[in-house]
Amino acid sequence: MTMIDFSLRRSPLAHRGLIARAASDAAAREAGVTLGEQPHRCQINLRGDAGDSGFLAAVEDVTGLRLPVEPNTVATVEDLSALWLGPDEWLIVGPGGREGDLTGGLRGALEGRHFAVTDVSEARTVIAISGPHARDLLAKGTSLDLHPRVFGPGRCAQSGIAKATMILHQLDANGDGADGAGADEQPTFEIYIANSFADYLWTWLERAAAEYRVAVTAG
Amino acid sequence: MFLISCPFCGPREESEFSYGHEGHIARPADPDSLSDAEWADYLFMRKNPKGWHYERWNHARGCRRWFNVARHTVTHEIRAVYKMGDPPPAIEP
Amino acid sequence: MTGYRVAGRGRVDPDARLRFIFDGRSYEGLHGDTLASALLANGVHFVGRSFKYHRPRGIMSAGVEEANALVGVDRGRGRYTPNTRATVLELYDGLTAESQNYWPSLRYDIGAVNDIAAPLIPAGFYYKTFKWPASFWNKVYEPVIRRSAGLGRAPTAPDADRYASRFAHCDVLIVGAGPAGLAAALTASESGARVILADENPEIGGSLLSDPAVQIDGKDAWNWLEEARATLAGRANVTLLTRTTAIGYYHQNFLGLVQRLTDHLPAAASSLPRERMWKVRAAQVVLAQGAIERPLVFDGNDRPGVMLAGAGRSFLNRYGVKVGNRVAVVTVHDSAYLAAFDLARAGAGVATIVDLRRNPRAALLAEARSLGIEVLSGWTVTATKGRARIAEIRVNPVDQNGKVGAARMIGCDALLMSGGWTPSVHLFSHSKGALDWREDLQAFVPGAPNEAVRCAGAGNGTFGLAAALAEGAAAGAATAGSAGTPTVFSVDGEAPFSGVYFRELPTDRDPTRAKAFIDFQNDVTAKDIRLAVREGFRSIEHVKRYTTNGMATDQGKTSNINGLMIAADAVGKPAPEVGLTTFRPPYTPTTFGAFVGYSRDAHFEVERKTSIDSWAEANGAVFEPVSLWRRAWYFPRSGESMHEAVARECRATRRSLGIFDASTLGKIEVVGPDAAEFMNRMYTNAWTKLAPGRCRYGLLLGEDGFIRDDGVIGRLSDERFHVTTTTGGAARVLATMEDYLQTEWPDLKVWLTSTSEQWAVIALNGPNARKVLEPLVQGIDLNGEAFPHMAVREGKICGVPTRLFRVSFTGELGFEVNVPARFGLSVWKALIEQGRPYDITPYGTETMHALRAEKGFIIVGQDTDGTVTPHDAGMSWAIGKTKPDFVGKRSLARPDMQDPKRKQLVGLLTEKPETVLEEGAQIVDGPYAAVPMPMIGHVTSSYHSETLGRSIALALIQGGHGRKGETVYVPMPGAMHKATITDTVFVDKEGAKLNV
Repeated sequence: MTMIDFSLRRSPLAHRGLIARAASDAAAREAGVTLGEQPHRCQINLRGDAGDSGFLAAVEDVTGLRLPVEPNTVATVEDLSALWLGPDEWLIVGPGGREGDLTGGLRGALEGRHFAVTDVSEARTVIAISGPHARDLLAKGTSLDLHPRVFGPGRCAQSGIAKATMILHQLDANGDGADGAGADEQPTFEIYIANSFADYLWTWLERAAAEYRVAVTAG
Repeated sequence: MFLISCPFCGPREESEFSYGHEGHIARPADPDSLSDAEWADYLFMRKNPKGWHYERWNHARGCRRWFNVARHTVTHEIRAVYKMGDPPPAIEP
Repeated sequence: MTGYRVAGRGRVDPDARLRFIFDGRSYEGLHGDTLASALLANGVHFVGRSFKYHRPRGIMSAGVEEANALVGVDRGRGRYTPNTRATVLELYDGLTAESQNYWPSLRYDIGAVNDIAAPLIPAGFYYKTFKWPASFWNKVYEPVIRRSAGLGRAPTAPDADRYASRFAHCDVLIVGAGPAGLAAALTASESGARVILADENPEIGGSLLSDPAVQIDGKDAWNWLEEARATLAGRANVTLLTRTTAIGYYHQNFLGLVQRLTDHLPAAASSLPRERMWKVRAAQVVLAQGAIERPLVFDGNDRPGVMLAGAGRSFLNRYGVKVGNRVAVVTVHDSAYLAAFDLARAGAGVATIVDLRRNPRAALLAEARSLGIEVLSGWTVTATKGRARIAEIRVNPVDQNGKVGAARMIGCDALLMSGGWTPSVHLFSHSKGALDWREDLQAFVPGAPNEAVRCAGAGNGTFGLAAALAEGAAAGAATAGSAGTPTVFSVDGEAPFSGVYFRELPTDRDPTRAKAFIDFQNDVTAKDIRLAVREGFRSIEHVKRYTTNGMATDQGKTSNINGLMIAADAVGKPAPEVGLTTFRPPYTPTTFGAFVGYSRDAHFEVERKTSIDSWAEANGAVFEPVSLWRRAWYFPRSGESMHEAVARECRATRRSLGIFDASTLGKIEVVGPDAAEFMNRMYTNAWTKLAPGRCRYGLLLGEDGFIRDDGVIGRLSDERFHVTTTTGGAARVLATMEDYLQTEWPDLKVWLTSTSEQWAVIALNGPNARKVLEPLVQGIDLNGEAFPHMAVREGKICGVPTRLFRVSFTGELGFEVNVPARFGLSVWKALIEQGRPYDITPYGTETMHALRAEKGFIIVGQDTDGTVTPHDAGMSWAIGKTKPDFVGKRSLARPDMQDPKRKQLVGLLTEKPETVLEEGAQIVDGPYAAVPMPMIGHVTSSYHSETLGRSIALALIQGGHGRKGETVYVPMPGAMHKATITDTVFVDKEGAKLNV
């Protein structure tokens, strides 16, 4: 019996050797834009009726998340987030390894309702983009308006980037201020990109970022 | 490139959408009861107006929802976007 | 300092001297010069030859409208740009440029014989001349015309520069940073609105750059300008883009701007892109594009040294260069006087002002008198003399009745002309705004808009600085809605600005012999336009195409109105009834690189890769593109040809075991209580009775009854289907399913989720497939009875969750191992390891295609082409006969679809077993039928079958199902191949190999 070691999971960017290329913290701080991969994130696609309070309550019981019903917004509680993908569709994301209990928990709690819970953790990897030029870099590839007045921390969108399709999420600012202070100057975005497009997008991002000082970060 | 306001996601560039041709053409409930001519009319005949056109779009790179758009085929003004199942809005000529 | 440089004038830096090379000669210029101003400072007017007649040409303007001074700029290998306008080419140290359109040299050009032969080359010359004999078209006319056609020299090396592009969003986009645009920007940005102000020049200011004496708010123009610049730069909500041309205006206020980043620098930092395309979506647009001066139409108006009067003023005031030491002026407009006065004050000798108007303003006449300038009012210019530069003009009085009197010659070394001003309505026209005719201006101005746009300043027909500032401020304020209050500006020292319009200037000579140019770049003269009308062209669009007026890269910036006015006169209609030709993007010539942006080299197109791709690459796979994917095509061992590799892969799979990366298949999870009903309605097959744990081949039609997609569909539970689609059809099938679910059957309780990227799919095919799986799989009984063909099980493989399908696309015992994508590579490697005793052989798409063809399995899009029904494809068995409805069912009942003569899928066996037919080859009934032979079908798939040791093919043939055993012929280059129509299944017809 050959058993696979779970550490042998390979992200679609594994062959790029990004960890080995990671810049020092100081270099990353100096960079105009930083790029890093955050592989192996738990991602559960959830379909259901946003108008059904029982559905929302059941999801909240399992995840602690009140599913966002405002378009293009994200609800976050501790290490779980729910990204609004459509009027009846969300992506619940969290640390890798939660797939089993979340999928099972949700299916159990939603029994009897019209829903779909689909584990899509393997379908996409995450590329994190940060730094003062993060918005400029993204604007090269996406037609979304990322101005802080329009697209701030806690917002998400499905859109195109370069010739690929992505889910974009601007993270809440770290540190002081729940209102996202600092996020205007040093925003952090995460791109959820399908595996098969990841290599294309990564190399595209590195090339498009060349005119800024770009640093690779270890996640 | 059009700017189209998805009824769910808000204004997005045309490149996120795919076009679904003329709207408000319901699939016949019982196709077998239609004559060949009636079926051909459903399949192929479209208004193709010079002026206001009620048409379907799909937010393919976004929420994947289908919806309706009232667009002027000469000026390309988009006067209304509305959900599937809603009636077409009246537009002054 | 050269003889033409005026100390203390202009915005150039007298201490920053730059060397540059033009046509191999070294010159000196100043920082802030354009190539044009630097050449003029060196006394060089003659800078090129014209397109058709190879006439000597000089610099005619000081801006983007330049039609003559087009040069090739060489910035090193891969960085050669032809047809650059010298008037906007910023000088840098070491700039190397060359003139165009001559051989062997600019001064002695063989092609200039065309000028002497000009009477023989009228409008439409090529259409009229090169008609016959037809045998000359390809061998004589085309090569000759091609050699002499074209402007400049096309670069041949790959473009060595990088180009950037980006999207941008704003509340207000203002095009043009002249007085009107600046006023709009200052006002619009006050309230915090996001403003983008774009100007094609290296610095903002527009006409103010050439008019330093005027005062705004009590300050000299340039001081005011610097303050305005500082104010805008200090506002975080303002993006100021210079060297940025708005090239096109598209729907819903989408505009393309091209920003030039490095062309003005001697050696660009390698990380800097050369240009950046801005794709701007603006809530509101203000167009403040200004106006372009019109040339006057008279014999010899193209001689080097003849230029627009405003350009003469710009060269002096902006660049500190006088265009001559003895300047003459011919005008129908007040503005030319300003150039004459400024030049006279700067010490250039001004010979004469020839004003066609009988009664110029008294104030202008008085000022001319005080400066010692002779004004000939009511006179005309009838000819110019001089070869490489103008030396004399011929002037005549015109009496009240229009009679032209005796000529007089006046010596000069430059002639400034002004035919009035044309508002630049190009972008407004792109946006499909209506144009209104202004009789007083003899020009079109923006009328009813088609977008959220306002126009201001000279581009709106509002001339005069105070008026332009006020209109700009009003436009800026209006963009802010009720919150906006227009800034008020006061102006002192504004000059008079009025004029009249003339077509061809009056002359005492035979007008049919005059070389009076309208379109300088395309060498179109006034008489060409009149000839076109005489020959029957009435529509201005036809006149344009016949004469090529306005069709050069300058897009008629200086020629459209003159061409229109003369055409209207010839047709005998008012100009607005004849109308203007259509303006189209781009406003000025734009590099291909700016459009291409990042979409080149590796990023020309997306290349999707599976999780197993890296293994294939490391193991020598040759790849082929399949939709956006790159897929392993075959795996040659060293020294193997493609044919040998594919043959080996086929043998190994049929005899023992092959392994294939099928991860690119589309996957859709169909979930919900109505999932089976939904599948019933979408696919032709019946799904209700398919038990959980079983699979079925599904066929998807369009509503027209033709095959759109296919794939194996597994039922995981009562309410959950795992649908697979073709590689190329994945997105399309999901979109189609969503369409029906959302719009036709919203009552069905079904959810659709794409899982294409979630699962890696490894296909194991061959008699030994089960033996390899057995030791690796947990929780699934692989025994043939427990796990029959067309079944699906969930369990684990190598400890990883799997959806294991027992299916076959080769006709061998087959499994498709679905595992989470991140484990695809590890499971693949484990299977390879486990399969070593069985000589497990990785195979690519070519072997997959050949093996499936041996079994007669279709590939949608190869054996079908959007006109093939299930019956045509021999798959009537896939139709659920008792179902009341499914997508496409009604169309299958149409009489056409039942026609026995439809093209139907059959097998073909060539008479010679070694002949592999060409896919796409046409099929005919007999080799000796009359030409054109009726074509009865075509070959859709064709391979060498290693299993049979001969070729096989699939084909669509009219009535093919009823013609088995008959002989047909396939004409191919060099031979007519004979073939027999057969069944589509070539190997293991009874399917014995599957049921083991």
